Order: sequence, then structure tokens, then C-alpha cells
Amino acid sequence: MDGDGRRLTAQARPAAGGGLGRGALWGLAAAVPLAFLGVFFAWPVVTLVARGFVGESGGLDLSGFAEVFSQPRTWRILGLTLWQAVLGTAFSLLLGVPGAYVLYRCRFPGRRVLRAVVTVPFVLPTVVVGVAFRSLLVQGGPLGFLGLDETFAAIVVALVFFNYSVVVRTVGGLWEHLDPRAEQAARALGATPWRAFRTVTLPALTPAIASAASIVFLFCATAFGVVLVLGGIRYGTIETEIWIQTTQFLDLRTAAVLSVVQLVVVAAALTVANRTRARRERALNLSSSASSAHPIRLWRDGRPTGDLVPAALTAAVVVVLVGLPLGTLLVRSFRVPGGGWGLDNYANLGTTGGRNALSVTVWEAMGNSLRTAALATVLAVVIGGLVALVVSRRPRSRGGRRAISVLDSVFMLPLGVSAVTVGFGFLVTLDRPLGLDVDLRTSGLLVPIAQAVVAIPLVVRTVLPTLRAIDPRLREAAATLGAAPGRVFRTVDGPIAARSLGLAVGFAFAVSLGEFGATSFLARPDTATLPVVIFRLIGRPGAENYGMALAASVVLALLTATVMLLAERLRGEGPGGEF
Amino acid sequence: MVQTDPAPAAHAAPQDARPGTAPRDGAGLAVRDVVVRYGGRGGRGGGTDPGTTAVAGVTLDVAPGEVLALLGPSGCGKSSLLRAVAGLEPVAAGSVTWDGRDLAGVPVHRRGFGLMFQEGQLFPHRDVAGNVAYGIAGLPRAERDARVTELLDVVGLAGYGRRAVATLSGGERQRVALARSLAPRPRLLLLDEPLSALDRGLRERLALDLREALRATGTTAVFVTHDHDEAFTVADRVAVMDAGRLLQVASPEDLWRAPASRRVAEFLGYQAFVPAELSAAGRSLDRRGADNSAYDGSDELLAIGPRGLRVVGTSGASDAQGGSASSGAGTWVATVVGSVFRRGAAEITVDVVLPGADPGSPARLVALAGTGGSGGADEGPEPGARVHVAPDPAGCAVVRG
Repeated sequence: MDGDGRRLTAQARPAAGGGLGRGALWGLAAAVPLAFLGVFFAWPVVTLVARGFVGESGGLDLSGFAEVFSQPRTWRILGLTLWQAVLGTAFSLLLGVPGAYVLYRCRFPGRRVLRAVVTVPFVLPTVVVGVAFRSLLVQGGPLGFLGLDETFAAIVVALVFFNYSVVVRTVGGLWEHLDPRAEQAARALGATPWRAFRTVTLPALTPAIASAASIVFLFCATAFGVVLVLGGIRYGTIETEIWIQTTQFLDLRTAAVLSVVQLVVVAAALTVANRTRARRERALNLSSSASSAHPIRLWRDGRPTGDLVPAALTAAVVVVLVGLPLGTLLVRSFRVPGGGWGLDNYANLGTTGGRNALSVTVWEAMGNSLRTAALATVLAVVIGGLVALVVSRRPRSRGGRRAISVLDSVFMLPLGVSAVTVGFGFLVTLDRPLGLDVDLRTSGLLVPIAQAVVAIPLVVRTVLPTLRAIDPRLREAAATLGAAPGRVFRTVDGPIAARSLGLAVGFAFAVSLGEFGATSFLARPDTATLPVVIFRLIGRPGAENYGMALAASVVLALLTATVMLLAERLRGEGPGGEF
Repeated sequence: MVQTDPAPAAHAAPQDARPGTAPRDGAGLAVRDVVVRYGGRGGRGGGTDPGTTAVAGVTLDVAPGEVLALLGPSGCGKSSLLRAVAGLEPVAAGSVTWDGRDLAGVPVHRRGFGLMFQEGQLFPHRDVAGNVAYGIAGLPRAERDARVTELLDVVGLAGYGRRAVATLSGGERQRVALARSLAPRPRLLLLDEPLSALDRGLRERLALDLREALRATGTTAVFVTHDHDEAFTVADRVAVMDAGRLLQVASPEDLWRAPASRRVAEFLGYQAFVPAELSAAGRSLDRRGADNSAYDGSDELLAIGPRGLRVVGTSGASDAQGGSASSGAGTWVATVVGSVFRRGAAEITVDVVLPGADPGSPARLVALAGTGGSGGADEGPEPGARVHVAPDPAGCAVVRG
């Protein structure tokens, strides 16, 4: 080794401008998403809500609150919203925690497939879920004898169907990496399996369970499509009520008051979610990387083992809760309106429905869906990726850390604010965005933008854990090997985050495909998307239209499942992803 | 500081006021009065929270080609000092210079210093060759490949280039990490406890390999460790740190023979301290170093090393019955607690009341069974037996209290 060669890499050279330029770059990375959300989320929502509080004379008028709360209907809706959210969350947890155990802690053939099957409901468009459950529960359906059609119970069951996988994935993700030796130590100290679980494993899982609970509560409390399809006229949530008040009665004041009420509920749930999530990410760092799954064993020495109950429960959930509605949807989509079986419903997708229920054919609507979803995905991944990048930094200064934690919460807000409010806010504000003379409402950009706003939190939540899990010493190692910050980012953060970005693309696409609340406001008849078309079809009379709705739901479900399957393949076995 | 041996004292003569300053100027790394703080509010707004001070003013030199070990208990600030030199932590006060040039404001990637971590921190998405080549991406392909091959050879992993990082054992990972940090020919290699995550046998072997690799490549290095065996194996000089300060810098031999203080001696494994004038060994050692000092030696301590106490004979029966604590010339009476046979000698754990200590609270020390001579010492004495022990001057040192 020659002495000169050792000075090959670097000569000490003060870099004065580097820090400043980097700061500006990070500022820009934070400013772009902030500006996007400011224009396309905060402004429309605030404008809409403000309309409810501006009196005839233009001053602040809070009488709307008193008025709305004096109506018994408001209290009924509020009670129903909270009650269905509480029940939906409780049942999702009761079924989901054993499911997490079976799917992430036990080993058996077909586990990967089963995990994918369980995930399908979460990415299914809400309208499809609604239609699937109705096809199961209507008179003449397989479970029609239960008389559950248009009942409260049907809504709760559908919500559990929808959110089961959220619990399974969130809790399972932590459970999978939990060091089994703590529980083994408890067993060696004489604890029964149940006591070891209750005193060692359960406390370790608490952050994940609490995090899952608050997210599921959030989803249940703001459920729209499912409730609208299944609830009929008797049952509703704040979200559907906002929709009814704005579209049916044009009562903006009531809608605005209800939006504020919903914001309060959502903010409370988000606060809890944020707290527990921070704890969960810390907990994940402590976990062992080795897989701790054991082969499943239902029976030993002539007696049932502790695996039996969770396994049976999970099997029941997969067959009854997931399999039955989806199976019924698929089977009934082949029932010909006049009787018998055939592909008529699918053939009808090329038409505009009985009595011209639609202004486009279903296939055209699918084209619209794919186009808008693609655009929305690009927007959501770029903006959400930037947010995740900024929020994953751990600045040295306390002020910087605080700013980042605020940013983190701000970008989660769209997850909870009523998509209906967002959509309606778009309509009332974006005719002249920022005073510019471009009417975005006719540009065809509104729907993708609204869908992107809804998908951004999911992108952030998918990418962020991966970015945060990157050992900061890897970046330091790269820097000491002579890599400038740009190269560190390109060669360390980039490749590691890329896999979760694939999953984020899948989620964003699936969510955009299924987005209904905002799209139902914004899509014009000729640019209607699949969920909008499906909802319109089931609202029109005629067996032909109903059959078409079933077939279109199957198409949409298959489309979504395909997207998710591709995304899951991109992901591999790496860490990351909260849902 | 008391130099007990004239030879190291002469060697260390130019080492004037500051313990860490090497005799040469300019070339290599110079750390001057460096302070590192955590958790404070930076400089802005005169924050109320001063944070914790990890490094409280350290001055140190590393000459080109030299390997220096930073030795200290965990939390003593040695890793913080290393990170400050690398440029990963801001220096709150003082300066870090290389060849006389101040490195303040030079970002990590322009310092040309390599850093190797405790767990290697290999890039999980690159194979072995990809990791080693990371720092030399600017070289032409053929040259780069040749360098990777050469380095994998140096660390004893020839042919491992295409292996995935996940398939490597802990020791192999550290070897790859070493090759990776050596590849760009760093002006200075910083190693942060590179062997502590490994098990003992592997650690000892890898420490030797590490020394060979550093010598073979002529790399200047600073090596952080809490294990003195490791420090002594790898380093040319050892700097002992405690509570953010530098206690002593010396060659392994000098450090061992003349710890500068009781704290250093304790950290090196010296097991007990006896006022020097109360023991014959202390007086004899004291006399050896006394020729150049007018110092009266009243607060000097005899430090008994881990192998610095010997069993010199069993106590007579009457003696055991009577329980007389005093005994003949320079030996102390001790009660045997147990014994193990290790490293070719019986190590006997004894309770002994040291001179000058409270008779009610004997110290529990380890003594070696006497070599040859008096029979019966080979198979250690029974627990409860009374024996005579004496400090062995070869395994002891005199330190200031």
C-alpha cells in the first residue's frame, strides 16, 4: 500500500454552502406537500365548514349548532355512528387478534395465500362490500332467512368484514417479530400458557392493538359507502347524513355542523392513534429479526392445544365472514335476470343499463376508473413519498423534532375527514382556485386530486415505517465511505424504501379505484367511475340493473385484488406497512 | 503520576503537561480540548437545558501509521469522541485537525476517515462485493474489482464476493465491514467497538487478524473498546477514558506497569489497594521508583493485579485455631473460600483482611497457588482453610490514591 494512495479519496475542504442548500431542499420537500394539502384539502374543507357559520349578514353565526342539536335526528345519528364504530372495533379486535396469532405466529401450508385472502376485504371498494353483503342478506339470498337486510347488525358485520384485516396485519406485524424468549422464560418460571400470554405477550402487543383499535374506530366512524348501501333509509352515520343533507336537502348549515362534529371525533381517535403508533415503532426496534413462528398443532396427546380455538375462529372468519359474501357476490353475478344462469350480466356491462340508468357503459366507467386512479396514484405517491421522507428525519434540534411531529399529524388528517366534505368542498371552492381563472371542475383533474388526498395518508403510513426502520448508522457508514448526502440517499434510503413504495403504489391505486365519497360528488355523468356506476345501478329499479351491479362489483373486486397482488409481490418479505 | 520504572519515564519525558500529546507536531490527527454535548438546545436562544456532556475536554494525538485504542467503561465518552472525530457529532468546543488543518465544517464524507461499527452495519441490499466496493465507486471497474478482491483476501474472505450479507456469520460480517472501510484507503480508520458483538474465542482471533490487517495496510487507526485485552492486542498506544476525560495515554506495557491512578488501575483489573508503606512489596516497589522524586509517598497505594497475589503457604494449626491476624514478614493471613483451576494455575479465592483496613470486613481477592516449592499447593486448599498470602511485586504496581 503506497502512502500517496491513501490520500486518494478526500482532501479536507470546508463546505460552507452545503448545509444551507440542503436545508432549502428539505424545506422544499416539506413545502410542496403542504401547499398541495393546503389548496386541495384545508381550503375546501374550511370553506365548506365556514359556510355553515356565516349568518345572513355575513357575521359569525353559531345558532346552527343549537338548531342542529335540538333535533332528535342528530342525536340518533350521532349515537348510531358511535355505537356502530364501537361495536365494529370491538368485534374486529376480538376476531382479529386470534387471527394475527394464527396467520403470523403459526406455520402451516397455505399461510401466505390465507394472508392475502384476508387482506382482500380491506382493499375492496366500500360499494362492492355493500353490494356483496346485500346479495347475501336480501330476501332469497343465502342468509335471507335471518332477516338482516337493512338492519344495524348488517352494517356492523360489514364493518368487521372490512376491518378484520387491519387488526390482523397491524397486530400480526408486531407479533411476528416479538422475541418468543420472553414468553418462554415466563413458561419456564411456571406460568400456564394462558398466564404467559396474558402477562407477557399481551402487554407487549398492547401498542399494536391500541393502534389498530384507533384506526379501525376511525374507519368505522367515517364509513360511507357500506352504510349508504346497507343502511337503507333507517340507519346512517354522520358521514351519510352530511351526504344526505348536502345532496338531498341542500342544507349546508347542518352539513357544516355535522362536519365539525365529525372532525372532533376524528381528532380524538387520531390523537390516540398517534400516541400508540410512536410507541409501537419504538417497540419494533427492540424486536428480534428472526421469525418466531411455530408449526401449528391443534391436538397433542389426545387433548386440544392452545392453537385450536384461534385456528377454529380464524377458519370460521375466513369461511363465513370473508368467503360467504364474496362467494355469493360471484355466484349471483351469473344469475340471469329472467332466471337460470349465464353471462348475461357481464354482457350487459357493455350497455348503459336498463332504461338507460347510466350515461356511460360500465366498460367506459372502468376506463375512467383506471385513468383517474393512475393519475391519483402518481400524485399520492409523489406527495406521500415526500411527506414520509421529511417526517422520517430526526433533526438534532428539539424545535425541528416538534415541527416534524406536527407535520406527521397534519398529513394524517385526510384519513379521518369526511371524503364527502372534501368532495363537496372541491365543488364550492375550486371553480376559481387561488383566484386563478381556471375552472378545475371541468378539467377532469378534480377526481384524481380528491382521490390522491384520500390516498396520501395510506402512502405515508406504508413508506414511513420502512424509512424509520433504516438504521441511521447505515447512512453514517455510507458517509464515512465518502458518499455525499445525495449519494447516501440514492444508494441507502432509496433501495431500502423502494420495496415499500411498491406496496404504497398498490394501496394508492386500490384506494383510488374504490374511492366513492368524494368521487360521487365530483365525477360528472360522462366521467363516472366504477363505484359511482355501481351505486347508481343498485339505486335504479330492475333486475337487469341489479345483475349488472353485481357483475360490475366482481370486475372491480378482481381489478383491485390484481393490483394488490402485484404490489405484494413487489414488496417481498421486508418490514413496513401498517395496514 | 508515579513512574515506577525508569525506562518508561525516560520514554515519556517529552510528554509534558498534557497526557495525550505525542512528541511530534502537525502530521496525523490532533484533538485539542474537544467537548461533545448531547440533548442541549444548540447555541440558539441561550437555552435552559445544557444537556449532558459526553466528552469534557480531551486532548489527544495520533501519529501517521499509529493504532491508538480508546479504552474505558461504557458511557465514558469514548464513542462520542470517535463520532466527533468522524464528523458525525458536532464539537461543542475545541478542535479536531488533520495534518494541521482544522476539520470544523468539513462534512463526514469529505474527511476521508473510515468508520467501522460494532455490528458492521453492512448494506443489506448489496452483496459482499457491493458493500466493499461502496466507497470506491469512482474507480474504473477493473481497478475496483481488483481492490475488492485484494481486500477480501486481506480479511480472509477470498471468494465471498457474491454472497448475500444475510448469509454471513457475525465474524464474517465484521470482516466484510473491515474490508469495506479499508477499501477507500482512509487517512484514518475509526473503529467503534468492532469486536464486542462477537463471542470470546472469535473476538480474540479477530483482534489478532485486525492488528495484522491494520499493520499490513499501514493504516492509521483509532480503536474504541471497553475490553483491555482487546486494546492491548491491537493498539500501539492505549488512551484510558473515564467520565468524559482522558486519564492516561501510554503504550500497553507502560500502562500496565505504571497505571497513573487508582481509577486506571481499577479499570485494568487491579483487584485491591493497600497503603504502600504498610506492605513490604509496596516499599520495595516504591524504592524502585523513588530515585527521581522528592515526594514523601504517604498517599501511595500498592495496587494488586489480577495475578498479583500468591499463596505462600498454609497457616500452622495453632495459628488457625488462634485466629491471629498478624503474620510474618510481608504475608497476610487469609481464609480460603474456593478455588478453580484456570490458565494452568489454581486460582484461589480468599477472604483477607488487608493492612490498614477494618478487620471486620475482609476483602475477597484471587490469589495464585504458589509455584513449585512447598508441596500441597497444587491441588488447592480446602474451603475454610487458613493460608498465608503475599503480593507478588511482578504483578503489582504503585499508584497515587
